[in-house]
Amino acid sequence: MSPVSIALNRFGYGLARGEQPPGDPQTYLLRQLDAYDPAPRTIAARAGTRGKTGEMLELLRSLRREMQQAGKTGMGGTVMAGPMNDMAQDNPRAAALAGLPPEYRAKFLEARRVLIDDLAVRVNVATASPAPMVERLVHFWSNHFSVSVGKPGTQFEAGPHEFAAIRPHVLGRFSDMLKAAALHPAMLLYLDQFQSTGPGSPFQQRRGRRAAQAGRRGGLNENLAREILELHTLGVDGGYSQADVTELARALTGWTVPGIGRVGRFAEDQPNGAAFVALAHEPGSRQIMGRRYAAGGPDQALAVLDDLAAHPATARHIASKLARHFGGDTPPASLVARLEADFLKTGGDLASLTRTLIAAPEVWVPGPVKFRTPFEWFIAAARLSGMDALPPQRIARVLNELGQSPWRAPSPAGYDDIAASWAAPDVLLRRVELAERMAQGAPAEDVLARAEAAFPDALSDTTRTMLKRAESGRQALALLLVSPEMMRR
Amino acid sequence: MLTRLDRRTLLAGSLALGASGLALPRIALAQGQGTHNLLFVLLRGAADGMAMLAPVGDPGLAALRGASLDDYANAPRIGSFFALHPAFAEVGKAVEAGEALFVHAAATAYRERSHFDGQNLLETGGTAPYATRDGWLNRLAGLLGEAHKGEAPRALAVAPSVPLALRGAAPVSSYAPSALPDASEDFMARVGALYEADSELAGLWSRALETRAMAGDDGLRNLRDASANGALIASLMQGKRGARIAMIEIDGWDTHANQRGTFARQARGLDALLAAYKSGMGEAWRNTMVLVATEFGRTARLNGTGGTDHGTASAAMILGGGVRGGRVIADWPGLAAGQLYEGRDLAPTTALESVLAGALAEHFSLDPARALGRLFPGRAATPLAGIVRA
Repeated sequence: MSPVSIALNRFGYGLARGEQPPGDPQTYLLRQLDAYDPAPRTIAARAGTRGKTGEMLELLRSLRREMQQAGKTGMGGTVMAGPMNDMAQDNPRAAALAGLPPEYRAKFLEARRVLIDDLAVRVNVATASPAPMVERLVHFWSNHFSVSVGKPGTQFEAGPHEFAAIRPHVLGRFSDMLKAAALHPAMLLYLDQFQSTGPGSPFQQRRGRRAAQAGRRGGLNENLAREILELHTLGVDGGYSQADVTELARALTGWTVPGIGRVGRFAEDQPNGAAFVALAHEPGSRQIMGRRYAAGGPDQALAVLDDLAAHPATARHIASKLARHFGGDTPPASLVARLEADFLKTGGDLASLTRTLIAAPEVWVPGPVKFRTPFEWFIAAARLSGMDALPPQRIARVLNELGQSPWRAPSPAGYDDIAASWAAPDVLLRRVELAERMAQGAPAEDVLARAEAAFPDALSDTTRTMLKRAESGRQALALLLVSPEMMRR
Repeated sequence: MLTRLDRRTLLAGSLALGASGLALPRIALAQGQGTHNLLFVLLRGAADGMAMLAPVGDPGLAALRGASLDDYANAPRIGSFFALHPAFAEVGKAVEAGEALFVHAAATAYRERSHFDGQNLLETGGTAPYATRDGWLNRLAGLLGEAHKGEAPRALAVAPSVPLALRGAAPVSSYAPSALPDASEDFMARVGALYEADSELAGLWSRALETRAMAGDDGLRNLRDASANGALIASLMQGKRGARIAMIEIDGWDTHANQRGTFARQARGLDALLAAYKSGMGEAWRNTMVLVATEFGRTARLNGTGGTDHGTASAAMILGGGVRGGRVIADWPGLAAGQLYEGRDLAPTTALESVLAGALAEHFSLDPARALGRLFPGRAATPLAGIVRA
């Protein structure tokens, strides 16, 4: 690959139809730091929390109660069993929805519509962006702080999570992004934090006797705490212990989403739609990674997160992931060291980290060094083909077929970022099927010239020959979209 | 009355182990790898073995699991000690028919609590996460090729991409139903030409075409209908050109909250998949083995939100026409406070690697020590014997 092709493809989402290839590749990338808009009009309109999560959960609770009633009287149990679990699914979901009372059905459909519209905004912003490298960073960080809409209620918040907790910080400070992303309603819900309460909190103490009589237990859930340490900050080899996980879980108690039943009444609003309920917070000081944190309210967890963000293990972890994303599945150790040193020196200044990445010689090796993930390939194909913006429903369906729907990763670790996870027979076939369809609706003139512009001094003879031999402009475009040059970066 | 069990007792179920099964003639031809099938089902997210197969005979269980035990009141028993989760209706029938067994309190060599590291270890078969790059299922394909002096058997991931357990030197295909319209033949041929000089893409492309041809029109749009999914896997393992080794992953077992309902739904899905697969395999079920495993277990005690957190030992399931089923293999560690691993998890007493290696060696007529050495190198454990009927 030539340096210009690397700037376009390895760093960004490729050339958009009608764009001219840039002159100096590094200047082109550095200018994107200024050109990036964290809140374009369409996103600004959708960044606010929907405040619907509490509503949704209350609805699910009442639905579950009704199901149990129905189950006891021997009717309707199985028809109703689907929707909570299966909202992500297609056919079973439709069948389950059909069996619901209208007010519930309306709410489930609303959740899905909101999600699909958010998804389309994400795709369309990236497709039209003058700063595709920074959009890549947005998606990188969104995957780092992965939330999944497989969990009921999160459909309303997954979009705002990226729009309000990730986008404003991709060129800001890591500690700010960490606090915003880990404590956003989407994450609090996804990793069960919203229902974790301190065993020694006033809330549990008061509730204790009644709950014990009813055979219920309440208390700590350490899911979010563990993933913050393992995935968001220190990394799995970051030197934390089970005791650190439990202590962080205690520090996080009280952080929740507003509008949920018993505890919700006492919620104090926090930034980005989260809430803090002092009554549910575990009293006392905390000891985490060898540091002591005085007793406090919401600030206790924030102080821990600030320290975790600045920890050397975090610098190493973030440097490795970023190096893998841009420098190859097994990135050169010198690249990791370079990024790590910058992160430590600046205390996690992500703009500086990005400039260091752009200047790093390891990222400019001829390559290619990466197999494009389905999402990367789709955005690059949409930009290059220059087709009109697709309707939201269609975007959601296509990404699902390609195997990588944003905000739906199978685990809190997000989607894998190595070729072994994506370079598979069936994945390739799907891209081929989709490319032929995409080329039907896109401008198909001058495909060869567009190919030369999209991969300056980097187009292979085979691809050039096959494009020339195509029986139509459309077929040439479809072939270009699945060419080896498009599959890797 | 609760029975105290000796910690070192090998629990055998009270169910007669398939008198009918024993009577089945072993066909000599079936000894070769050419006709033996394997399906590996990976439960991602750490499935709770204590919910799958509840140790109702253990006096410590009630205090740990409380009201959730109501679910097992009328559940099928295996022996007097274990109750199968009622959602596993079809698996229960297989147990009764002597074609399914469980191994309980089993774990890989992994002793931390990260899903991703735990899955990495279970899939690579290495002794430490990320130390091994290929998967044991892929190495099994290579081993079978050598052992039977032929090509490696066809291996298939029923998933859009290939999971780690199947990645490696032996060629593997992947297949998942798609709602996309097929591309035109002319375009497909041109894509083939476009990839000719690119060895990676050319390889992926030819395997994709083979598998798709095999599946024909599956009539499915995605992999979420458990029963249709089981039938699909079976259809891809038919006849000479079918896959001999297949793998499928099922997500959603990470039940940190409100486990009771979630686990039941997950279990129903798995049960339906296994039942449809067995029925789809027809006659070939006789020579088929299904291994179901998860990366680790969950905490013995329910947490504050009606769920369980990451733990250590769990249960594994082995099904198949040749399996000596109807029983639970367990060196039961007990649930008293002092018996739990680190005071919170079901303690591991059986190495999952020795279970897998033993089952595979017997199923494919491999030398057990050699199988263990290749699939799970660096293990001290002995491969478990007696899983398949002699």
